[in-house]
This record gives sequence, C-alpha cells and structure tokens, in this order.
Amino acid sequence: MLDSIIFYFFAGVAILSAALMVTRRNAIHSAVFLITTLLATAGIFLQLRAEFLFIAQIILYVGGIMVLFVFVIMLVRLDVPLHHITFRFQKWVALFVAVALACEVSVMFWYVRQLPSAGLLTPPAPADKLPPNSEQFAKVLFGDYLLPFEIASILLLVAMIGAVVMAKKRT
Amino acid sequence: MMPVGHYLFLSFALFIIGAIGVVTRRNVIVVLMSIELILNAVNINLVAFSRMFGDVHVHGQVFALFIIADAAAEAAVGLGIIIAFFRNRETVLADEMDLLKW
Repeated sequence: MLDSIIFYFFAGVAILSAALMVTRRNAIHSAVFLITTLLATAGIFLQLRAEFLFIAQIILYVGGIMVLFVFVIMLVRLDVPLHHITFRFQKWVALFVAVALACEVSVMFWYVRQLPSAGLLTPPAPADKLPPNSEQFAKVLFGDYLLPFEIASILLLVAMIGAVVMAKKRT
Repeated sequence: MMPVGHYLFLSFALFIIGAIGVVTRRNVIVVLMSIELILNAVNINLVAFSRMFGDVHVHGQVFALFIIADAAAEAAVGLGIIIAFFRNRETVLADEMDLLKW
C-alpha cells in the first residue's frame, strides 16, 4: 500500500514536470523542471531499492550534469526579456523561504541541544534485514563488468577532452 | 513491489515526452535536456527489471550506472558543441543552424 502510494506520487511528479519541461518557453524553467523529474526518478529508484543509483542519480545528474546545463544556459543569450524570467512576487517569496529556512535551522539546533550527546545518531538498521545494495553493486560492477567499467572510464576521458577542445577559444 | 507494467508505463510516458521535446523544440539546449530525459526513462526500465528478478540481482542497476556515465559524456560534448556554435553564430536555435547549407 505504502509502496504504491510512493510510486504513484513520484511517477506523477515525474510525468507532470517532464511535460512542463517540454512545454515551457524559457530554457531555465525547462532545466528546473528537468531537475524535478530527475529527483522524482531518484525517488522511484529508492522505491525499487536501488539505493546506490538513488545517490548516484542525485549527485551525478542533478549535481553534475544539470549544473553544467544551467551554466551553459546562462552563458548563451536568452531571447526572453528579464521581466519574463523573474516573476513579480519574487522578493516576497524569497523572504518567506529565507525565514522558513532560518526557523528550520534554529529548531534543528534547539532540538540537537536537547538530545544527550550519545543519542545524536539513530542506530543503523540491522544488517540482515535488507540486502546491502552498494556491496552487491560493487561486486557486480568490479567483477562481472570490469571491462565495460574501464571502457566507460575511457569514454568519459574522451568526452572530457572533446568538451575542452570544443569549448576552447580558437587563437 | 508494484507490478512491473507500471514502471514500464512510466518509462514509456517519459520516453514519449522526451521524444516530443527532441522533435518539437527549437532551442538546442532543451533538445539536449530532452535526450537526458529519454536516457532517464530507459534507466527506470532497467532498474525495474533488475528488481523484478529479486534483490540479489543488480545487473540492471549496473547497466543504469553505465547509462548515467554515457549521459554525462553526451552532455559534456553536446554542450561544448553548443558553446562553440554560439561563439560562431550567436544563436542556439536549431532552425538557424544552416552552416552546411549553401
């Protein structure tokens, strides 16, 4: 039951923000909606008990690739004027978010002070309950798929050199 | 686990949305982002099938990691090409990329 609720929530978020990504005119809005889709997909991965891919998706896709996209969008010229990008109540929304975050952080500090120092970390789940995903992942990745792993690293090296050569200024 | 058909449908929907984005958008950066969406949809398929064969099989997840690496490489090279093109022609719109036409 909980499984299906989680699935439908993340699937709905993913499909909705993917549709919004394709239909928005502004490229930076598309990027933000794509980030939402990728995060929802990460939630789907977690629901499928692929914890390692969950983390890899967030760190690699959202933290790496999408930052690259946003940088390039900022480098190239946008066709829309600035008052189409920023909306009217942006200042107030920013203020609200800042105050909410400040409240959250101060509540967290207060809560941590209440705890005895030994009880800060919750004890980890018992090791025999769930199969250790990262361990199995590493065994398969560095055992069965060692050669594809090395080929992928060479691919990344080639792509890195190619990107540098492409983006470099001709002198 | 949910029935695997649900995941297939989700993956299919994301794939179709990505394909629509590739063929309809003029901005090349958004086209690249749609390609990322397509690769992501494939990843959902792989992980769902990997889970279908039980918790001990993670081969599909390893494939998904390779696809993420591919997506990173593709994004780096594609954005490099976009920056090089923008430096030459001051545009990122696909229908104004006609350097090979004369």
